[in-house]
Amino acid sequence: MSNKNLKHYIYGIADNALILGQRLSELCGHGPTLETDIALTNIALDLLGQTRSYYQYIANLSTENTSEDDVAFLRKEREYRNVLLVEQPNTDFAYIITRQYFFDVFHFMLLNKLQKSKDVNLVAIANKSIKEVGYHKQFSGDWLKRLGDGTEESHEKAKQAVNDLWVFTDELFHSSNNDHQVIESGYGVDPNSFKEEYYKTVSSLLEEATLQVPETKYFQKGGKEGIHSEHMGYILAEMQYMQRTYPDMKW
Amino acid sequence: MSSKEVKNLEAIFDTKIARDEKIEPKDWMPEKYRQTHIRQISQHAHSEIVGMLPEGNWITRAPSLRRKVALLAKVQDEAGHGLYLYSACETLGISREELYDQLHTGKAKYSSIFNYPTLTWADIGAIGWLVDGAAIINQVPLCNTSFGPYARAMVRVCKEESFHQRQGYEIMMTLCNGTKEQKDMAQDALNRWWWPSLMMFGPTDDQSTHTEQSMKWKLKRKTNDELRQQFVDQTVPQADILGLKIPDEDLKYNNDTGHYDFGEIDWSEFWQVVKGHGKCNKERIKARKDAWDNGKWVRDAAMAYSEKQKLKKAKQAG
Repeated sequence: MSNKNLKHYIYGIADNALILGQRLSELCGHGPTLETDIALTNIALDLLGQTRSYYQYIANLSTENTSEDDVAFLRKEREYRNVLLVEQPNTDFAYIITRQYFFDVFHFMLLNKLQKSKDVNLVAIANKSIKEVGYHKQFSGDWLKRLGDGTEESHEKAKQAVNDLWVFTDELFHSSNNDHQVIESGYGVDPNSFKEEYYKTVSSLLEEATLQVPETKYFQKGGKEGIHSEHMGYILAEMQYMQRTYPDMKW
Repeated sequence: MSSKEVKNLEAIFDTKIARDEKIEPKDWMPEKYRQTHIRQISQHAHSEIVGMLPEGNWITRAPSLRRKVALLAKVQDEAGHGLYLYSACETLGISREELYDQLHTGKAKYSSIFNYPTLTWADIGAIGWLVDGAAIINQVPLCNTSFGPYARAMVRVCKEESFHQRQGYEIMMTLCNGTKEQKDMAQDALNRWWWPSLMMFGPTDDQSTHTEQSMKWKLKRKTNDELRQQFVDQTVPQADILGLKIPDEDLKYNNDTGHYDFGEIDWSEFWQVVKGHGKCNKERIKARKDAWDNGKWVRDAAMAYSEKQKLKKAKQAG
């Protein structure tokens, strides 16, 4: 397993945590109640903590003198491998919760398999993270049920969010050629191994939430190859602002 | 209740206060005591949640992952403080909705310092160092205040605030040990936050309306001017260590008093901001109001869902 391949593979996991953590950070102080504000911030903190563990590992795998912050802040847009789902905007609470739930279920299943990786570092990160993600999944799932089976208004909003975000779920199961090599060597996880289980789980919760599973045949993809939505440039412009404006300084 | 009974209750209440015993929510208390506590505790709670906004302004732009996580956790702590202060306030017979309404309509006040904008990363350091530093001086005496729920909430708040203050000072220290550009950024932040921080202790003693009664109830142990002096004495040496200059030409150590003398505060600026005309008063209230108004359908959904679940359970049981 070359370090280059492994790093590329880890970006595919870690960048999701970074970008979703960044999106959730935008909400701090603006939640519908103090309790949900605190809970969403907790999720952001978990995701950013996980991001740091992955990036520190990537920095260790690098031959040049690289830090977790170089990895986080100094790449070009095309070098980020997060899926399109996590960069979608905080349109309203229904979008925030639906985006979270679609991601959390995937994330939990991925970490579950990653615990059996041949790479001890990834196993350690997965062992720690899966406990956190178990709570995320519970939180977002419970809220999706409340919104779907709450009032007429919340049902409509949840329906809209599910319909709009559903097209981003398929990409979660894509792997690049490079990823395939890492998967075959036993370091990575083949997401297709739990794709069926994923859709079964999500569909069953949607049903419980009195929401319909969208029937589209067309899905969006590209994030994993670095071809992002128009949102991504603005996320990075904000996130990288300090590092780009004041290069080579310690903070 | 007869006036004799009220007299008796008053006597019991006064004795408790005199003995430094706690007043608990179910105890009898004079109406003025209740109202004063609702006012002060809610003002404090509002300050915590409005205070999330200026610092929240930098979470998405924090310069490193470590700083981003620390700032996010700090702002979350403030939400937590808001939560237990609102809860303490609710024990006095007022609802969270009423309290928010008072904030949104401008009836209730919050600390004016949060109406200043955060313009650079150094402002995050300066707020931690100066604003949290001033808050601690104001709040430590409240850990022994007479109303039990408030006193207990403050014990936890103060522990976290002192951590925040060290974190802010550490940001300033890193900037001051960095490049010239970074040190200039730190000095600029100190220049802008110094005077507003001194104003956090409120009007001078001869102008302060609530002091005497608050002293009796142990809502206050020292006067505004005493606390302000304590802050100056504590902070000037810290600025010296950073190599930063406090923006006050009249600041000078007084050998006779053992304290720093300092210049006149611009009280017209203080009153301008208190009366709602600071740089960010409107934005801060709008942000809070938007969060609340836009969240209404979410809260309604949660209530409706919970009712439906209750009905379901009742049906299954019956």
